[in-house]
Amino acid sequence: MSKIIVVTSGKGGVGKTTTSAAIATGLALRGFKTVVIDFDVGLRNLDLIMGCERRVVYDFVNVINKEASLNQALIKDKRTPGLFILPASQTRDKDALSMEGVQTVLNDLAKDFEYIICDSPAGIEQGAQMALYFADEAIVVTNPEVSSVRDSDRILGILQSKSLKSEQGGSVKEHLLLTRYNPERVAAAEMLSVADVEDILAVPLLGVIPESEAVLKASNQGAPVILDQDSEAGQAYLDAVSRLLGEEAEHRFLEVQKVGFLKRLLGGKK
Amino acid sequence: MADVCFQMKGTAVTAVVMDLYDYSCAAFFQQLKEKIDSAPQFFNASPLVLNLSQYNGVLQPDQLIQVVASCRELGLQPMACKAVADDLLSTVRQLGMASLPASNTRATEIQAEPVSHIQQAEFRPSMVITKPVRSGQQIYAEGSDLILMAAVSEGAEVLADGHIHVYGPLRGRALAGVKGDTDARIFCRQMEAELVSIAGYFILNDTLREQCWKQPAHAFLEGESIQVAAI
Repeated sequence: MSKIIVVTSGKGGVGKTTTSAAIATGLALRGFKTVVIDFDVGLRNLDLIMGCERRVVYDFVNVINKEASLNQALIKDKRTPGLFILPASQTRDKDALSMEGVQTVLNDLAKDFEYIICDSPAGIEQGAQMALYFADEAIVVTNPEVSSVRDSDRILGILQSKSLKSEQGGSVKEHLLLTRYNPERVAAAEMLSVADVEDILAVPLLGVIPESEAVLKASNQGAPVILDQDSEAGQAYLDAVSRLLGEEAEHRFLEVQKVGFLKRLLGGKK
Repeated sequence: MADVCFQMKGTAVTAVVMDLYDYSCAAFFQQLKEKIDSAPQFFNASPLVLNLSQYNGVLQPDQLIQVVASCRELGLQPMACKAVADDLLSTVRQLGMASLPASNTRATEIQAEPVSHIQQAEFRPSMVITKPVRSGQQIYAEGSDLILMAAVSEGAEVLADGHIHVYGPLRGRALAGVKGDTDARIFCRQMEAELVSIAGYFILNDTLREQCWKQPAHAFLEGESIQVAAI
């Protein structure tokens, strides 16, 4: 039975695509056959983060319009076995997606894949609604600041009211993923804490990804940050994947780390 | 996803109200012109409600037509007449204006309503919401109380004709007694609302912060002001 997971947020620039790439890669690393779909038609980014931008020939919109077969459009990831990418079209806009077309593609993918990760565009308009409509589960990506939390709240409301699950009387399983978390700035009261965000959104916490240079580096290199297992962000994403699979994992990187005397003396960077 | 073509909402429009005491063609026009010339910007294309409740004597249909014509000539937009006598109703309609009830008759109507409810002993079950009400969502319990068992987020709106009970934090807007029930109350376990309204009277967040902020509290109407007290 295949599972459709949407990665969404409402607000832009909070780390949806980074998260989609990391979670999809993480699931594939755990042996699940996984496909990640870029729903951000016109602002295609996932292929860059996944490092396969030069291998895009056909895209999601071509498949919907039956100009290419699914197998022609799917890109096999070179690093992680069992991971495929369905890129968005860069030359079209979000109106190119039709509900029937998306449903057909998802049904076809469900025959082959155990996990289908949908990377939602920002906003709450048609593109974002299309990405979440067929979802079984949702990962809501939030930064620890008020406008991002407010937008996540809004998108949670849409998940409850405008998804197929909700129309059938069920509900989409919700997960909260807090990204760009900086314990030092939380301690200085410049950022909302995990507890604040959990209190406002009241959604189970899937993980907290610390703000890290490794994320930017990974994006620029086109390798999902979860592959950088020396980095805190990479480890935090690995934990998140474990929790997504129903395993218990302690939340890490929530506290300000004490820098040792020697490290401070040598000016070492974490 | 069929897009909805429209949404019905209630709103309060600011309009100029003209209490008409007496009417003679020339004097009315002259006085109105002087008034408008004193503040042309304010009166420019302003919506106007004509209140006839304080008129001395009986206003004739042709006089009403002249009043409205004068107002229009001077740039006002008469949109409704208040306290219209029965024989003027058709004239008001011909002029393309709405007829509003006089203020005091409306108040008596509202007072009369609860009595008839009791006589009918009609039972309306309360609406119970178990999930959080998220930003941008609106829940309306028509003709009943509203019970919310989770949070009402900032930017969300909950409305009821009766009382509202919130067992999670109340951070959005809560409007009880929206059809005018002044006895309606709002109860919550954690008062952090943006706005609290009962029967159209409301107070905002900054006033709410002064009392029982983030505490269990209830709001009720005393006269024309909303009181917030601890529970």
